[in-house]
Amino acid sequence: MTPKISLTGVGKTFPVRGGGEFTALSGIDLDVAEGEFLVVVGPSGCGKSTLLDLIGGLTRPTTGRIAIDGAEVTGPALDRAVVFQQYALFPWRTALRNVEFGLEAKGLRRRERAEIARDHLDLVGLSGFEDRYPHELSGGMKQRVAIARSLAYDPGVLLMDEPFAALDAQTRDSLQDELLGIWAKTGKTVVFITHGIDEAVYLGGRVAVLTSRPGRVKEVADIDLGSRDAREDVRSSPEFAAHRHRVWSLLKDEVQTAQRLTVPAPRKEAIHLG
Amino acid sequence: MTTIEKPADAPALASGRRTGPPAWAGTALGVGTATIFLSAVVLIPLGAVLWKGTAQGPAAFWDAITTPDAWAALKLTVIASLLVALINLVMGTLIAWVLVRDSFPGKGLIDLLIDLPFALPTIVAGLVLLALYGADSPLGVSLAYTRAGVVVALLFVTLPFVVRTVQPVLLELDREMEAAAASLGAGPWTIFRRIILPNLVPAMLAGTALAFTRAIAEFGSTVLISGNVPFKTQVAAVHIFGQIESDNTEAAAATSTALLVLSLVFLLAIDLVRRWGSRHG
Repeated sequence: MTPKISLTGVGKTFPVRGGGEFTALSGIDLDVAEGEFLVVVGPSGCGKSTLLDLIGGLTRPTTGRIAIDGAEVTGPALDRAVVFQQYALFPWRTALRNVEFGLEAKGLRRRERAEIARDHLDLVGLSGFEDRYPHELSGGMKQRVAIARSLAYDPGVLLMDEPFAALDAQTRDSLQDELLGIWAKTGKTVVFITHGIDEAVYLGGRVAVLTSRPGRVKEVADIDLGSRDAREDVRSSPEFAAHRHRVWSLLKDEVQTAQRLTVPAPRKEAIHLG
Repeated sequence: MTTIEKPADAPALASGRRTGPPAWAGTALGVGTATIFLSAVVLIPLGAVLWKGTAQGPAAFWDAITTPDAWAALKLTVIASLLVALINLVMGTLIAWVLVRDSFPGKGLIDLLIDLPFALPTIVAGLVLLALYGADSPLGVSLAYTRAGVVVALLFVTLPFVVRTVQPVLLELDREMEAAAASLGAGPWTIFRRIILPNLVPAMLAGTALAFTRAIAEFGSTVLISGNVPFKTQVAAVHIFGQIESDNTEAAAATSTALLVLSLVFLLAIDLVRRWGSRHG
């Protein structure tokens, strides 16, 4: 069976100002099965976001091949959706009109668009907020709108770039549960980037750990926690702790390498090893 | 467990009441200073012009601005300024775009040159244009004593407005928004029209308004190249100067008032368009 997403020998280098090159990713081999929830963790600056941009078709790989359903990715397309850390909502459009944006590209009629958009706002728990502008919504609500916008045109793949990193802990926890609920309901293939180990273990069916500079896949850890039920405190279970420790150990050396390589330590995206 | 005792005379912070001087004290000082300054520098002189221009009553005011030469000067000024504002809207945005999004050798120098029309005394700009496009033009293009010459002079002095208002907005523009639109199936043209343009329009309009109001008031750069041929190339500001020279201050004030009203109307119209745009993005 062809995997939903398949990366073979994918590498990406960027030209550096003043000559030379910066290798962000190198030799990435990764297969994601249909309907899988894959989490990618790695130290800051390891090229996690670049990896997502590549799958999303927003940038092209320098080497290797990326395929969705066996067909090579040549640019952004409506079979994939991207959810960004800073929401990237369009501030002059209401929540409903934000969700409609992708449907406009698909060429649906106005009434049909509004109906689908309404359904998806309902899916993320935002019924009654259709006419609010992004600046009238909290961070968590904005990200819900962004998720609804990504799901509305029914892509097979959902690519999420640290979508909950800018949210407070409670909002993050509840959105994680809602995301798992939506994933179970819609059966999308999800690739989720994060630098939080807890988040990775809680969400992922598998967790891919990237090395630092250049980013390579160090190991893909299977997370066998069964279904996460919001009513049970999965995070306190010994199994969770064991998985968490495993990912933590895989990451520890990489974070230290990353910190040695970093000239001024990036404060924005430190790994929470605590 | 230790508890920190609050001193008895501590202000009741818990109640949420403000302490220290009331907030309006500083505001009143600020508003007062700003108002006095604005009045002395802008409002009172403007009021004096308005008063002078309309002192003889509306009929006299109308007669003063509809004398054939005044009317021709006003008409030329408004049409040339509108044309210049429109060209600036397009070209200024394009230049800002190129300066922000593209990289090419000499970019820094061009970025620096944009401000030159601001730095140069406008009469010097007029002199430069006369040397270049005058009767014995080294380029073989003579715009002296033509309306095209007026437009070129106005373009020169108003160039920076749109560029410098659009440029910072373009620099600050959230690139993720464009990436999001691309991932949602929007092509480059759709992204420009539906994502970038709505972000830029307020700045573009603000720059255009500045360019227009500056253009209708322009004197120095046009006075040399236009040759001030009444009914043909004389702009309003030069006409006003002529009226003052011939001791006709009432007519000068009336024409000034007309320019003032035109500027206000244009600024108001631009603001209305901007408001409308922000509701119907």
